[in-house]
Amino acid sequence: MEAFVRHRGRCLLLDRANVDTDAIIPARFLKKIDRVGFGELLFMDVKQKDGVPVPDFPLNRPEAEGATILVARQNFGCGSSREHAVWAISQWGFRAVVAPQGGTSPGFADIFRNNSYKNGFLPVEVSETFADRLFAAGGGEVTVDLEKRTVTAHLPDGDVTETFPVPDGARRMLLEGLDEIGLSLHHVEAITAYEQARWEPGVMQV
Amino acid sequence: MSKTLYEKIWDGHVAAALPGGDTLLYIDRHLVHEVTSAQAFDGLRLHGRGVRRPDLTFATADHNVPTAGDRLHVEDLLSRTQITTLQRNCAEFGIEYYGMESDRQGIVHVIGPELGLTLPGQTIVCGDSHTSTHGAFGSLAFGIGTSEVEHVLATQTLRTTRSRTFAVEVEGALPVGVTAKDVILRVIRDIGAGGATGHVIEYRGSTIRSLDMAGRMTICNMSIEGGARAGLIAPDDTTFAYVAEGNRPFAPRGAALEAAIERWRTLVTDAGAAFDKTYRLDAAQLLPQVTWGTSPAMTTDVTGRVPQPDEVAFVNPQDVERAIAYMGLRAGQPIEEITVDVVFIGSCTNSRIEDLRAAARILEGRRVAAGVQVLVVPGSHQVQVAAEAEGLDRIFTAAGCEWRYAGCSMCLGMNPDQLRPQQRSASTSNRNFEGRQGPGGRTHLVSPEMAAAAAVAGHFVDVRAL
Repeated sequence: MEAFVRHRGRCLLLDRANVDTDAIIPARFLKKIDRVGFGELLFMDVKQKDGVPVPDFPLNRPEAEGATILVARQNFGCGSSREHAVWAISQWGFRAVVAPQGGTSPGFADIFRNNSYKNGFLPVEVSETFADRLFAAGGGEVTVDLEKRTVTAHLPDGDVTETFPVPDGARRMLLEGLDEIGLSLHHVEAITAYEQARWEPGVMQV
Repeated sequence: MSKTLYEKIWDGHVAAALPGGDTLLYIDRHLVHEVTSAQAFDGLRLHGRGVRRPDLTFATADHNVPTAGDRLHVEDLLSRTQITTLQRNCAEFGIEYYGMESDRQGIVHVIGPELGLTLPGQTIVCGDSHTSTHGAFGSLAFGIGTSEVEHVLATQTLRTTRSRTFAVEVEGALPVGVTAKDVILRVIRDIGAGGATGHVIEYRGSTIRSLDMAGRMTICNMSIEGGARAGLIAPDDTTFAYVAEGNRPFAPRGAALEAAIERWRTLVTDAGAAFDKTYRLDAAQLLPQVTWGTSPAMTTDVTGRVPQPDEVAFVNPQDVERAIAYMGLRAGQPIEEITVDVVFIGSCTNSRIEDLRAAARILEGRRVAAGVQVLVVPGSHQVQVAAEAEGLDRIFTAAGCEWRYAGCSMCLGMNPDQLRPQQRSASTSNRNFEGRQGPGGRTHLVSPEMAAAAAVAGHFVDVRAL
C-alpha cells in the first residue's frame, strides 16, 4: 500500500452532504474485475447529464485541475460497501477527503472510512467551523499531517489548524505503507488457537 | 459485568487483541458475491496466499444476473465475465458456489438465512453493505470493502475496532397496514442518514419481538441507511423456530440443535447493560411511510406532503431543494398525488415469501393501473419455487405484473432491470439515491403492501384505505 505521511495540496469544494457511493461511482461501472480505470468514472452521473457535462459541477470547473484534496459536507461516502468509490476518488488524483462532523452525523460513513485507510487515502474529519471557513474562503490550500494528526487550512487571513481522529492501527499502516494482511498473518498462531477452541453449531458438510 | 448483546458476540470472537487498539475478529461465515470479490482473489494470487477457511466461505451470483428470458445466458459481456470470474475463483480456492444453475442461488442476504448458514451468535461478513440483514438472527453481521474481503479470505479474521452501541426501542402494536419497512423508514427519518454511524444498533421492544423473521430482516437490512455498522435483534423462539424449520441444509438438527438453542438463549443484553445512545418509537402512532427525496432519511407519512426546504431535520435547505428538483416534485405536493411509472417488488430488503404474500394480498383480484410496469423479483430460487407452489405467481401475472427470476435486479440496476431517465418508481428496496435504479431514475421507497397499492392506483395511496 502507498504510504501517507504528510500532504499539502489545493482543495476542491463540493458543497453537499450525504454524498453517497452511488454518486461517487454508479453501480453499472462496478463490473470491472481489476482495480484500475476508475478515476475517469468519478461522479459520472453527477458531472454529466445525458452525455453533456454539467458546467457548474466542481469536477468540471477549471479549479479542479491539479486539486488533490476534496472538501465536502457530513456523512461523505454513505451507502454501499464498494471500495470502487475510494479507487475512483484516489485514481482521479485526490489524496484525501475533508468532511465535517455536523448535526448527528460524523464526517464519513464507516465502510468508506475503512476502505480509505486500506488504499493510502485519508478521510479527514473536521469541525463544522473548519469546513465553513474553507467554503467561505472559496477553497485554498490544505495540509494534512498524519504524523501529527493535524489538518491545516492555509487561509488568506492566516492558518487554521485542528486535529483529526484516526485509529492508531490504521495510522501506523498508512504511515509505513504496510501490507496489513502480511502483518495479520504474523498472528496465525493466535488464529489457530482460536479455531481449536471455537464452537461450530452448523453442520458444515456441503 | 452486564454486557450488551453486541459486546457478548464481540468478546466471543476476539482471536487476537493487537497493540494500537485493533482486534483480529474471527469470522464465522464469509459470504461472497461477484461484484466485490474479483480484486480480492487477485490480491491473494499476487501474494501467493490461499483461502484459510474455504469451508466457512460461500459464494453466489446475484447482482448481475438477468431476471428474465434465458437466465443462464448473460448477454452483457462485462456481467458475464464478472460471474464466470467468481465461478473460476471459487473452483480454484475450493469455495462452495451457487451460480444461476443452482437451486440454492439467490440474493446473498436471502440465501444465507434460507440455507441455515446464518445462525445466532455468529460473526458474518460480506462485501456488501446490506450484510446487516443477518443481524435479525442475533448475529453480528456487516459489510466490508474488497481489501477487507481479501483479509478475511486470507486470515478468516477481520482487523477492526469496536463500535459504540445504540438501542432502538420500538413499543406497541403496529396498526393495520403498517409494516416492518415503515418502522425502519421512520427510524432512519428520525435519526438521520448518519445518525447511527460508528454504532451497532440493537432493535428492542415489544414491536420487534412480535415481528416474524422476514420483518426482522427488513429492519436489520436497512440499519446501514442510518449509518449503523450493523443491526442486531436478540434471538428468541421465533428465531429458533425459523432455524428449525424446513430444508436448511447447514443448520444443526436434533440434539445438536437443542444444545445450540440452549447456548443461543444467553444471547441477550443483560439487565443493566448500558448503551451509548438510545432512541424510542411508539409503533401505535406509525403511518405507512414513503420517501420523497434522494436519501432514505428523506421520508414522510403517506398522508403527508413533500416538505418545504427548511422543514427537514439534519438536511440543509439547499440539499433538500436539490433532492426535490432531482425527483421532479414540488414542495408542498401531497404524497398521494405522486404518480408512478414502475413498481419494483424485490431486493434483499423485501423479497422473501412473506413480502411476496403481502404484495399478493393487495393485488389479488385487482389490476395494475394502465401504463405502470410492475416487476416482482423473488429473492432466491427457493422463494420463487415456494411462491409458485402457493400460486402467488399467478396472482401477480393475472394482475398484470411481470414475474421474474431471483436476483438483485432493479434495486441497483447492474442487470438490464433499470429505470430510464425521469422514470419514477415505487420500490421495496433500500436506497433512493440519485441514479440508484438507473441514471436519472427517481425512486420512492415503500413497503411491499404500499408498492402493490401504488401499482393498482397508479399513484401513491394509503394502503389502509384499499
